[in-house]
Amino acid sequence: MLPERFKPLVFADRAYCLLAVILLLGALLASSAPCSADVVKPGRAWHSPSSATASGAVAHPAIDTGSTAWMLVSTALVMFMIPGLALFYGGMVRKKNFLGTMMHSYTALVVICLQWFLFGYMLAFGKDQYGFIGWQPGKILLLGVSPGHLINAGGGYIPETVFCAFQAMFAMITPAVIAGSIAERMKLRSFVLFLLLWSTLVYDPLAHFVWGGGWLHQLGAVDFAGGTVVEIASGVSGLVMALFLGRRQGYPNQVIQPSSLALALSGAGILWFGWYGFNAGSAGAATVVAGAAFLNTTMAAAAAAIAWNLTEWLHHRRPTTLGLASGVVAGLVAITPACGYVALWASPIIGLLAGFICYMAVQVKIKIGYDDSLDAFAVHGVGGFLGMLLTGLFASAAVNGIAGLIEGDGRQFLIESLAALSAVAYAAIGTALVGVILHKTVGLRVSEVLETEGLDMGIHGESAWDTGAVPELAATIPAGG
Amino acid sequence: MKWITAIIQPFRLEAVKQALSDVEVFRLTVSDVQGYGRQKGHTEYFRGQAMQVNLIRKVRLDIAVNDNFVQPTIDAIVKAARSGPGGKGQIGDGKIFVLPLENVIRVSDGTAGGEAI
Repeated sequence: MLPERFKPLVFADRAYCLLAVILLLGALLASSAPCSADVVKPGRAWHSPSSATASGAVAHPAIDTGSTAWMLVSTALVMFMIPGLALFYGGMVRKKNFLGTMMHSYTALVVICLQWFLFGYMLAFGKDQYGFIGWQPGKILLLGVSPGHLINAGGGYIPETVFCAFQAMFAMITPAVIAGSIAERMKLRSFVLFLLLWSTLVYDPLAHFVWGGGWLHQLGAVDFAGGTVVEIASGVSGLVMALFLGRRQGYPNQVIQPSSLALALSGAGILWFGWYGFNAGSAGAATVVAGAAFLNTTMAAAAAAIAWNLTEWLHHRRPTTLGLASGVVAGLVAITPACGYVALWASPIIGLLAGFICYMAVQVKIKIGYDDSLDAFAVHGVGGFLGMLLTGLFASAAVNGIAGLIEGDGRQFLIESLAALSAVAYAAIGTALVGVILHKTVGLRVSEVLETEGLDMGIHGESAWDTGAVPELAATIPAGG
Repeated sequence: MKWITAIIQPFRLEAVKQALSDVEVFRLTVSDVQGYGRQKGHTEYFRGQAMQVNLIRKVRLDIAVNDNFVQPTIDAIVKAARSGPGGKGQIGDGKIFVLPLENVIRVSDGTAGGEAI
């Protein structure tokens, strides 16, 4: 007999097994239908609404080797954001939760890769169903994704396998960001189930709305690399989960002393590096747009770091290293939806605004007192929303065919705003649903004893540091501070 | 014989070691310690949130000396451990504790007493 506390998990396991069997049967049925194994797929609309009409099948398009090479590299770069995020987050939590926090990032990587293989890819990029979700049994278990299929995802023909792998990395980095909000207090099994449910109910539909030909795409909303799908979704969902879980023990009276700001800073650098695959890779091909996205990404990150440091210097006279790292991430977030649409002069402005506004968003959190531990909402949610609005403001037709408000297209600005608001609403409602389900079944939060002991020893039976005899309670917030 | 324990600023360790060797005190145990006294602590920032860190890192010296070395040792530490400009002392520079020491035994050959120091 299993201990009582495992029973809900067993139940959830059964539900997933059942789901997997159903999907497997569906896939077998689909694969028994005449399969177009090596027939070249027509170009799929992605990012550029105008190409939606140009999706007629081409007789025998040749593989674009340059684009394929770039997309393979980009895919690996986005994967590299996981160790970056693991270090960034791990460096900011206490020593007793260092491994547990890194584990969240890596768990997202391995769990979502599997979910993507099972049905995630199909839900996001399968045949459009009423603008809401993709459904195409042939793509369950990736059975219909033949190595020979070529697709046009942005200007050159690349294998669908590469496109699928690239998108898998986006699907796994997004919930990994949410882990920043729930740091230091969530059960691991609850987090694993959260990943599966959230990705299926929130990420895959959102990715379909915007990139898979769904209703936001049909409306003309543009989001180059995921201001809505990745940043708003993870930030808002993080906030919802932080509110669900409640504050960490002792917060805000005992402040969390970061385990290693040196590692957090290193992690931020790795994130920046990986973000080139994320943003410039979102061009879908080795094109001029990829070049513009790359340069825009660089300048926004740098400008935001300067803005964050300046703001905190004005605030408390200390330009901190964590401030620089946080500013870099805020800038990268804000430029994410815009990088393939705005002119080069706009990206430093986007970065400066992101650094300043995201810093202020963190201060608002401190004033209100909710515990979004590593500020996924203030940086990703607020930064992503800002980025979407600024995309609608600064988009330049000369860059990628989309004109924004300053070029006279107020409609595009309204569509971008609507897309951002829709992402907020959808992510909030979807995550609340997932939160309720987990709260009623496996429970979200670790026991008080385990939280005191730390996730590393409490869950994993490992420790990252020789923590010595010095207690964790060395830091306190001064009265009135 | 006396047992001298000194708590000093970590960044004064090199100067204190030099000063001790100048007065021919060559036997010394050093450890990292944390604590607080009049210095209270310092402020660190986490994304704009100020936090008061009240356990401060210090270095602890333990020195066993014969009676004729007590005053030179104390003088050397006091002089070298002061961290203010122009050798002036300031809050946080530490303390020296002098305790009676009953006996010392050298492990390698069993020698006891003042000779073993």
